[in-house]
Amino acid sequence: MALSTSTSTAASKPLKKPRKHTDNFSGYAFIAVALVVYALFTAYPVVKALIISFQAYKPLGSTYVGLDNYEATFKSALFWKSIRNTIEYTLLTVPVSLFLSFTIAIMILPLRKKVQNVFKAIYYLPAVASGVALSVVWLWIYDPLPEGIFNKLIGFFGISSQNWLGSSATAMLSLVIMSLLSSHGASIIIYLAALIGIDESYYEAADLDGASFLQKLRHIVLPFLRPTTLFLLVTAVIGSFQVFQNAYLMTGGGPDHATTMVGLLIFDNAFKYFEFGKAAAQSLILAAVIAFISLLQFKFLGKEIDY
Amino acid sequence: MALYNQHIGSPKIRAVRNTLLGVLLFLFALATLFPIYFMVISSFGDPVEAGAVSYSLWPHKFTLDSFVFFFHYSKYSVRWILNSLIVAGCVTVSNVIFATMAGYAFSKVRFRGRALLFTILLAAMMIPYQVTQVPLYILVVNIFQIENTYSALILPSLVTVYNIFLAKQFMSAIPTEIIESAKVEGASQFKIFFRIIVPLSKTVMAVIAILTFMDSWNTFFWPLLVTNTMDMQTIQVGLKNFRFANTTYFSPMMAGATISALPMFILFFSLQRYFLEGVTVGAVKG
Repeated sequence: MALSTSTSTAASKPLKKPRKHTDNFSGYAFIAVALVVYALFTAYPVVKALIISFQAYKPLGSTYVGLDNYEATFKSALFWKSIRNTIEYTLLTVPVSLFLSFTIAIMILPLRKKVQNVFKAIYYLPAVASGVALSVVWLWIYDPLPEGIFNKLIGFFGISSQNWLGSSATAMLSLVIMSLLSSHGASIIIYLAALIGIDESYYEAADLDGASFLQKLRHIVLPFLRPTTLFLLVTAVIGSFQVFQNAYLMTGGGPDHATTMVGLLIFDNAFKYFEFGKAAAQSLILAAVIAFISLLQFKFLGKEIDY
Repeated sequence: MALYNQHIGSPKIRAVRNTLLGVLLFLFALATLFPIYFMVISSFGDPVEAGAVSYSLWPHKFTLDSFVFFFHYSKYSVRWILNSLIVAGCVTVSNVIFATMAGYAFSKVRFRGRALLFTILLAAMMIPYQVTQVPLYILVVNIFQIENTYSALILPSLVTVYNIFLAKQFMSAIPTEIIESAKVEGASQFKIFFRIIVPLSKTVMAVIAILTFMDSWNTFFWPLLVTNTMDMQTIQVGLKNFRFANTTYFSPMMAGATISALPMFILFFSLQRYFLEGVTVGAVKG
């Protein structure tokens, strides 16, 4: 199943030498536009972000302020709160979402191909709707009045109505539930593809030994899906640390900053208060944190996996 | 799949088990689909309700008045959809062309610095969006001074690293012998690309096209940042403004949300295979 990136044509190398010039030319011609776009809209902004983070930014003549932006960030209680919120959000969404996706993929596996595709399509559907459209719908689902959909639902279980997005006790939970119900499609499909890729012979051998379903799950499926899980985990955590669209659209970070994630804090600093220097410093801290966490995950979970 | 007991002797047990799994999956599917279902049926309600909003889980009424209401709210409503189409269309076409070209170069053309350049490109995927956001805004608004234009909406996403990565992954699987023998016959790299690579890469081009169009259609923050008049906004920004200006109009808001999502649903149901392929093609590598 792997679209491997093997380019081992060492044998034909000597033959090619005379052609090298023409290939250089066409190679660069093919990537020219991509390189220009990359240099202008990715590379330059990254370098610029580094510079701005040491400045008090003004459109005409910024002044260098050394590490002031970083210092102010580390001293800001709101920054630490936003980090805590981001970690809380990540811990509540990512593991649950991965577990759900894995379970569902396992459940889809024995069904007929056609039925599999129907379920794949259903679970993926929320991912094609825009975040703004979904936020509009969920805003009404979380209507704090007793007639609100979610309040009616928990009413069945005898729980009294909540001010879901308006109270600092439930606002984060509301965002978590919304995320869990609208973003598992891709990971289910990826898990299923990996499950289908496990070679039949492993199960046959296990059957000969009289292995049960759970034993097969534990000794065959889990080890084989480890790279997939690692991939999903790392991308989900990276994504989760940058998340702020739902918070921006549903709660604005409130109430009382209960849902202010780092991503939203940076956005607010930049485009609400126009503190570009501070926003740049915080974004680079975020980048460092994300890189560090990804590294940790590879170190502790990536053992024995060779790509 | 022999993870499950096949129950070869008793097809009945197998049928019962699969039905049970189907029911569980169906229940979870209901929870997943509910917000979308709720959005669509609510959009057919009356635009202005007397008294409190009545949430109904069943379509008790069918009128398109709320859609009319949404389009009458601003004379630019149609323009928003048009803007989204123009921007997403341009971004999609340019991504398909330039990502495919770059993907070919990075997978099959030998040129100096290829591996290094590709690594530098890939490194960009690790950088959070927040880092480039502010400088990108300054670049477009203060330096290029193209705020509130189509260029501002389109240029930064002309070709994305992710799409180049997808194209490269796919094309690495094309046998190099085909290209070598074309070279022997004297074909130029450009001829090889258009005559051999493009016809063989239709799948990945379709995947790139669909994912890019969807991303661009759904994108919200960049258009929010670089547009400042109603006539240049995209449907997502327009919908958000409608929501903030009319907090009490339940059905029209749902109608607006439905309008913003409908093109993607149509696209999804007609080209499902490519959507689902797009999910795995970038992910499964090990």
